[in-house]
Amino acid sequence: MKHRLSKKERANLARILIALLAFIPIFAVDKSIGLASSIGGTYGWLLPFGLYLAVYLTIGFDIVYRAVRNIFHGQIFDENLLMCVASLGAFALAIFRGVNGLDTEGFDEACAVMIFYQIGEFFQRYAVGKSRSSIQSILDIRPDSANLKTESGVTSVFPDEVEIGQIIIVYPGERVPLDGICVSGATSLDVSALTGESVPKEIAVGDEALSGSVNISSTIELEVQKQYYDSTASKILELVEKASDKKSKTENFITKFARYYTPTVVIIALILAVIPGAVTGDWSIWVYRALSFLVVSCPCALVISIPLGFFSGIGAASKYGILVKGSDYLEKYAKANSFVFDKTGTLTKGNFEVVEVYPHQNAEEVLRLASIAENGSSHPIAQSILRKYDKKTDASYTLTNEPGMGIVAKKDDDVILCGNRKLMESYGISVPDADIIGTVIFVAHNCDYVGYAVIRDELKPDAAEIVAELKSSGARTVMLTGDGEATANDIATRVGVDEYKACLLPADKVNEVERLLAEKNSNQTLCFVGDGINDAPVLMRSDIGVAMGCLGSDAAIEAADIVLMRDELNGLTTARRIAKKTMRIVRENIIFSLGVKLAILILSAIGMASMWMAVFGDVGVAIIAILNAIRINGKYKTVQKYALDQK
Amino acid sequence: MKKSFKLEELDCANCAAKMEREINKLDGVNSATVNFMSQRLTIDADPEDFDRIIEAAARVCKKIEPDCNIVR
Repeated sequence: MKHRLSKKERANLARILIALLAFIPIFAVDKSIGLASSIGGTYGWLLPFGLYLAVYLTIGFDIVYRAVRNIFHGQIFDENLLMCVASLGAFALAIFRGVNGLDTEGFDEACAVMIFYQIGEFFQRYAVGKSRSSIQSILDIRPDSANLKTESGVTSVFPDEVEIGQIIIVYPGERVPLDGICVSGATSLDVSALTGESVPKEIAVGDEALSGSVNISSTIELEVQKQYYDSTASKILELVEKASDKKSKTENFITKFARYYTPTVVIIALILAVIPGAVTGDWSIWVYRALSFLVVSCPCALVISIPLGFFSGIGAASKYGILVKGSDYLEKYAKANSFVFDKTGTLTKGNFEVVEVYPHQNAEEVLRLASIAENGSSHPIAQSILRKYDKKTDASYTLTNEPGMGIVAKKDDDVILCGNRKLMESYGISVPDADIIGTVIFVAHNCDYVGYAVIRDELKPDAAEIVAELKSSGARTVMLTGDGEATANDIATRVGVDEYKACLLPADKVNEVERLLAEKNSNQTLCFVGDGINDAPVLMRSDIGVAMGCLGSDAAIEAADIVLMRDELNGLTTARRIAKKTMRIVRENIIFSLGVKLAILILSAIGMASMWMAVFGDVGVAIIAILNAIRINGKYKTVQKYALDQK
Repeated sequence: MKKSFKLEELDCANCAAKMEREINKLDGVNSATVNFMSQRLTIDADPEDFDRIIEAAARVCKKIEPDCNIVR
C-alpha cells in the first residue's frame, strides 16, 4: 500500500517549495553583493530584514501561532516555542547588529532555521506515515462485508451482523469474513496473512475456514461458527494493535529521558546566555550560542524512532506468522538465554501411535479394555488407542481420571485400570519391567495384569536443527516431559537438548519452571515453549511464554506472550533474529541520536557550530533514525531457506 | 471499563508521551496509554464516569496538541 500525502501534507510541501524559491535568490543576492550595503547607511539592514522576514513568516507562521497558543496552555517546553525562541532570537541578534551599525548578518540564518525545521518535520511525518501504513497493510485482514444467504437470496451485510449458524457465501478472490465450517463446495484458501505460510490450504465440506484467509479458487458456503468479534481475524488484529501499547523498558526509559532532557538543555542555554555574557560583555556571541542550544533541545529523534523500531519489529514478525504481544516481549526475547521446551506437540509432532502391544495373554483384550477406559478422552494417547482398536467400545463404564497416573473404569464390580506404572503400583498390581522407548500404558482387569501397549510419537523434522541453532547462540535448552526416563532420554539425545526432566505431572512442570526461574540470575531470561494446550500456567509463569501452532486456539493465544501461528519450530529462531535486529537498531538509534546531539551541544557551547549545523543535527538525526528503524521491517531468513542455501 | 479510541492529527511523539502522562493523572482513570505509532488512546477507567473522563481526556489532548481529536 502506497502512502498518499494528506491534504495537510501537500499544503505543507507547497509552502516549503515557495519559501525555498523565495529564499534562494534572496540569499544568493545577499551573499554576492550584500543587500544591506546596496542601500547603505544606518537603515541599510532594513532591506534584508524585510525580505527575510517575509520568507520567515511564509514558512513559519503556523509555528509562531502554535507557540503563542501553547504558552496560554501552559506548555512551555513545547518544540514550537523553542524553535520560535531560537529563530526569533536570531532575528533579534541581527537587528541588534544592524541598529549598532555592525556588519549585517544573521537574518539568513534565522530564516533558514525555520525552513529546515519545516523540511525536517515534513520528512519525519512522511517517513512515519509511510512506515505506519506499510505495517498496517500487513495487518489488513479486516473483512469489509459478508454475503449472507437468506431465504430471499444473498445480501451483503456487515460481518458483525452475522449470527452463529447462519450461512455465508465466499466468492473467489474474497476474504473469508468469519470463521466457519464449509457446508458446500471445495476450494483453496490463501492463509498467508494469518500464518505467513505461502502454500494454500485446501478445504472441502466439513473443514474449517478461518477468517482473514482469502478464497482463491471457487465459491464456498460456510456455516458461521463464531461471531465477528470472536473470529480469528478480529482476535489477531486486536492483539497486534494492542501490542505496541505494552511499552518496553527502553521506550519507558526514553520517555523519561525526554521529560528531563528538554528542560535541562533550556536551563543550560539560559545559563550560557547570561553568565559568560555578563562576564565578557560580549552578549551577542553567547546569546547566539544559547539559541543554537534551543534548536537541539527537542528529543524528537529518540521519541519517534524508538517506538517506531519496536512497531516495525512487531510488524515484521507478524509477516512470518509470529505474534508478539508487546514491545517488552520483543525486548526480553532478544535476551532470552534459557529455552525450556515441553516435549509433546512442541519437539515432537504429538501424533501418537500404538506401535506395539505386549499382552499377558491376548493382545485384542488389552486394546479392548484400554479403549473402554480411554473412551471419550481427547488426549492424543487415548485417541491413538481408540484408533488402533477401531471397534465399538462399551461406553457404560464410569470413568475416573487419576491425574498423572491414568484412568479407572468401573461398572458394578468390574474394574479396569489403564495407565502408567504408578497406577498399577497404587493398586498393588505387579507389572513386568518395560524398558522400552515410548509411552507405556499398562492395563489391568479386576486386579489381574492383562498387558501393556507402547505408544510413540514422531520428532518434528526441524527440532534438532532449531535446538542446535539456539545452543550455538549460547542458550541453555531444557526439555520437560511427562514421559518415562527411557523415552525422555531417547528424545533428548536425538534433539540435542542440554538437560531434560522426565516423569513430570502437569503440576510438576510449573514447579520445575519455578525452580529454573529461581535458579537463574536476574539478567537471564527464561523462555518456555509449549503447544499451549495444557501448559497455560507454565506459559504465564515463565519470563516469556511461547505457544506454537495456535491458529484457532484462543486459550493458547491468551496465555502466551509470543504466539507462533504455524506449528513449526523455526518461528523460534526467526522471531529471535527479528528481536535481535530490533534491539540492535534501537540501540544504534539511541547512541547515534544522543551522540550527535551531545556533539552539537558541545560544539555550539564552544562556538564551533553554527545554528545551521544545529538544525541539521536536530532534524537530520531524526530522519536518519527513522529510516534506520524502518529497516527492521525487512526480510528475515527462516531456517528452512537457510538449510537449502547450505545444500 | 476499557476502551480504545483513534486519535486524529497526533503529529508529535513527545506530545503523545505528555498526553499519556496527563491522562493518567485524571480522576477515575486506572490506566491510559497513548500509542503514537497506531495513533490510539486506550483508557481503562471507572465505567460510571466514563463519559466525563473521556471529555477530560479530550481536553488534555487539545491542550497539548490543539489539532488533535479523539474520534468517538
